[in-house]
Amino acid sequence: MKTETLTLGGRSYPSRLIVGTGKYPNFDLMRLAIEASGTALVTVAVRRIDLSQRGGGKSLLDYLDTRKVALLPNTAGCFTADEAVRIARLGREAGLSELVKLEVIGDEKTLFPDNEGLLQATRVLVKEGFTVLPYTNDDLVVAKRLRDAGAAAVMPLAAPIGSGLGMQNAVNLRLLLDEIRDLPVIVDAGVGTASDASMVMEMGADGVLMNTGIAGAGDPVKMARAMRLAVEAGRLACEAGRIPKRLCATASSPVEGLVRQDS
Amino acid sequence: MSGASNVTIVLNGETRGVPAGATVLALLETIGIAPGRVAIEVNGRVVRRDDYLRLVLRDNDKLEVVHLVGGG
Repeated sequence: MKTETLTLGGRSYPSRLIVGTGKYPNFDLMRLAIEASGTALVTVAVRRIDLSQRGGGKSLLDYLDTRKVALLPNTAGCFTADEAVRIARLGREAGLSELVKLEVIGDEKTLFPDNEGLLQATRVLVKEGFTVLPYTNDDLVVAKRLRDAGAAAVMPLAAPIGSGLGMQNAVNLRLLLDEIRDLPVIVDAGVGTASDASMVMEMGADGVLMNTGIAGAGDPVKMARAMRLAVEAGRLACEAGRIPKRLCATASSPVEGLVRQDS
Repeated sequence: MSGASNVTIVLNGETRGVPAGATVLALLETIGIAPGRVAIEVNGRVVRRDDYLRLVLRDNDKLEVVHLVGGG
């Protein structure tokens, strides 16, 4: 696999960072952050048009260069498989994209996924020709079932959505990355800062998806660039192969030929 | 179209009248929405863009008109 390229559903994207378009103070800042992130794929949500505003208000799409970034509609806010399937179908029509970031939420407080609903919706949408990217727990068994159901990738969380906690369960994620080798694993949710992204990439994740980590930063454009570099650095380190960890020192300079006082 | 007779639809949860014989496209024009950037569901089924001109709204139709917004 190439360092920069992420392949999803037979299509390649020249960045391993997927970013969200929510929570920005304004669309101009969002546009700049997306540019700085180097992403080629952005998530979007599907919502009712505001009928109180003629023309439905400002359009997000006016601020996205869809020649450079592809749209990944999500099913955020859905609590059942039926709701998620319905929103995915609308998202496909609005975004002209077969991609869907599938969310079926099981709990309002944690926004943890509903595994059963997620699997059910994945099966339906795969049958309808969607490229399904499910947001899931860091659970190997669920990941395997999603793979068997035809998902194009699995997207385990690092920590709860928007929490910024970074990876909370390294063992679970490592086990999942070790076992799911035949389709991309994209860490989605919980990344708070650059090192969080680097860490999961070093562990072998194929990509990272984030929104709040960039949009909520003090300077979103600067953080977007940091995340771009972090994802790339983590990937390079993973491909390069790190040195083994040791408890004691090994000298970096030659131990022979030292000038001694008594010579 | 007589203009006098109306059909009643529910649009994004709000009840409203439209002239009898109005199509989905006509409704979009009335509410000032460009058809290229929305998705529309009538009675739970997504309507393809090519059908906006053909599909005539009927009494008690339930419509959802959605668009893409910022999200993660």
